[in-house]
Amino acid sequence: MLKAMLHEAWMAMGANRLRTALTMLGMVIGVGAVVLMMAIGQGAQMAVQQTISTMGSNIFVLLSGYTATTGVRSGAGSGPTLRVADAEAIAELDGVQGVAPLHQGSAQLVHAGNNWNAWVIGTTPAYFDLRSWPTLEGAPFTDSDLRSATRVALIGQTAAKNLFGDDSPVGKTLRIGQTPFTVVGALAPKGQNLDGRDQDDVVVIPLTTAQRKVFGTPFQGSVRQIMVQAVAQETMPAVEQSMTALLRQRHRIRDGQENDFFLRNLTAVADSAAETTRVMSLLLGAIASVSLIVGGIGIMNIMLVSVTERTREIGIRMAIGARQQDILTQFLLEAIIISIAGCLIGLIIGIGGAILVNTVTKTAVVISGSSVLVAFGVAAGIGIFFGFYPARKASRLDPIEALRYQ
Amino acid sequence: MAEALIRVAGLCKSYMTAAGPFPALKGVDLVIARGEFVAVMGPSGSGKSTFMNILGCLDRASSGDYVLDNRHVERLSPDELAALRGRTIGFVFQGFNLLPRMSLEDNVALPLVYAGVDVHTRRERARRMLARVGLEPYAKSLPNRISGGQQQRVAIARALINEPRLILADEPTGNLDSHTSEEIMALFESLNREGITIVLVTHEHDVADHAQRQVRFRDGVIVADEPTQRHREVLPC
Repeated sequence: MLKAMLHEAWMAMGANRLRTALTMLGMVIGVGAVVLMMAIGQGAQMAVQQTISTMGSNIFVLLSGYTATTGVRSGAGSGPTLRVADAEAIAELDGVQGVAPLHQGSAQLVHAGNNWNAWVIGTTPAYFDLRSWPTLEGAPFTDSDLRSATRVALIGQTAAKNLFGDDSPVGKTLRIGQTPFTVVGALAPKGQNLDGRDQDDVVVIPLTTAQRKVFGTPFQGSVRQIMVQAVAQETMPAVEQSMTALLRQRHRIRDGQENDFFLRNLTAVADSAAETTRVMSLLLGAIASVSLIVGGIGIMNIMLVSVTERTREIGIRMAIGARQQDILTQFLLEAIIISIAGCLIGLIIGIGGAILVNTVTKTAVVISGSSVLVAFGVAAGIGIFFGFYPARKASRLDPIEALRYQ
Repeated sequence: MAEALIRVAGLCKSYMTAAGPFPALKGVDLVIARGEFVAVMGPSGSGKSTFMNILGCLDRASSGDYVLDNRHVERLSPDELAALRGRTIGFVFQGFNLLPRMSLEDNVALPLVYAGVDVHTRRERARRMLARVGLEPYAKSLPNRISGGQQQRVAIARALINEPRLILADEPTGNLDSHTSEEIMALFESLNREGITIVLVTHEHDVADHAQRQVRFRDGVIVADEPTQRHREVLPC
């Protein structure tokens, strides 16, 4: 029975090929647009996720407060309020996974005839764990390097390329300012951060070495930044509170007085970036869905015309024993076939379009099975939804009225 | 007299028109026995077509009783009516009413689709029916490739495919020339001899003469109900 009806739906569609094709085109464009937009949206989300994952997870950054001695307020990190001892105290708090004090700034690097300006980070070995930053070659410096302020450096990919070309930097010597360092490791590439800064254009050295031999500091033991990693995202608010309380106590800040440090939650920054792309991809999908609905209305329109045209045929079918349900099924099947066939073609075009966008513009695209399934389900749903009214209209026809219809 | 197949009592039907309700049937009483061949005659507007549509369960009466094959038609659901139309009744229309996009074989087999018969049986029975009306060679042709008389024979084959008890024919020869009409009427007569009850609407006397009994309508009521000329000679009342 169903087979016979499928055959009939096929015949009816074949009888009006151009019309069927144009009706299908509405679905093709709708599904194609949805698939393409979702691919681009999800691609953008993926790109942001990748960037975020290079930052390290559940990270706070503490910055020294500004100096306001003469009324001229310098930026955050310029005042010497944070100390290594603060970092050690924070490490003892509940919910804190790791702590890395940082002393950093830009400096001129020299190797043989090359010189290059890069970001120099003085920190502790914990830093590499916090940022989940492995080495490609060699190994990070150790606590003993830190204690004795040895002149060892790890080098990021961009800085390495500019100083050493394609040669391996490990074991070679470079100068930071006037101080010679031995390169003990090459860091894995991380790409750009959310601000678009190249995270690979760096040299990482022990904190003590940075303080004593590169940047110098007027106050022994002070650092400009402390990076703190919470155990899990859920514990971040609690860690933030206890950390603030601890620092206020250690710095003897009275109630009502401002903090002499700044606390930034990098995860929150990342979340807002992720949220932005998510909203953007939703918006793209929503706009594309409109064309899908327009395609559905096209199907409904043509099915209504078809029912009117075939009123007499419906009357004949009823006269020879077709039940209302049989007529309903017949027209519904036709609408569903049109929408599903349109959907399949639309999928091919959408996926093809996404691949084209990827090759031409190098934009990341993601074609997920779920987006394909959703598009397919929605198309079938649209066929049923927009096909139902015309089909029901056909099935409710009065046999004798339908037979008399000219 | 044989058992009644059709029993109609006090049948009325009005249509709503712009000028108010128009009564097409004003109380029709009629009993048709199994195996009868009845011609329904009358001028246009006399209500005979309305009567046929009600007999065929295509239309419902405004009031009155209609019992077909021991079933009270006015109490049946739309699905039960569809089943009656499909299995108990076979229709033959003036305009043939074949589906133009389907082959003759598929046209003939269509009632079997709605009766839920499988495809092989459908094909086999459709072939047999087409052979019966002498059109098997055209099984794969479309309706517009054959003549009007041949189309009507295909329509009769379609009406017969579910082995109905009753054939209702509304002016089946109205679009045909007199020679072809005779062929069609001969076919009806042979079906009637096999025991199928036939009710046929016509306004041609020589067509009506093939029947055993003539019922004449005027202004929505039956004004005459008598054996035909030919059968009067055979069957003295």
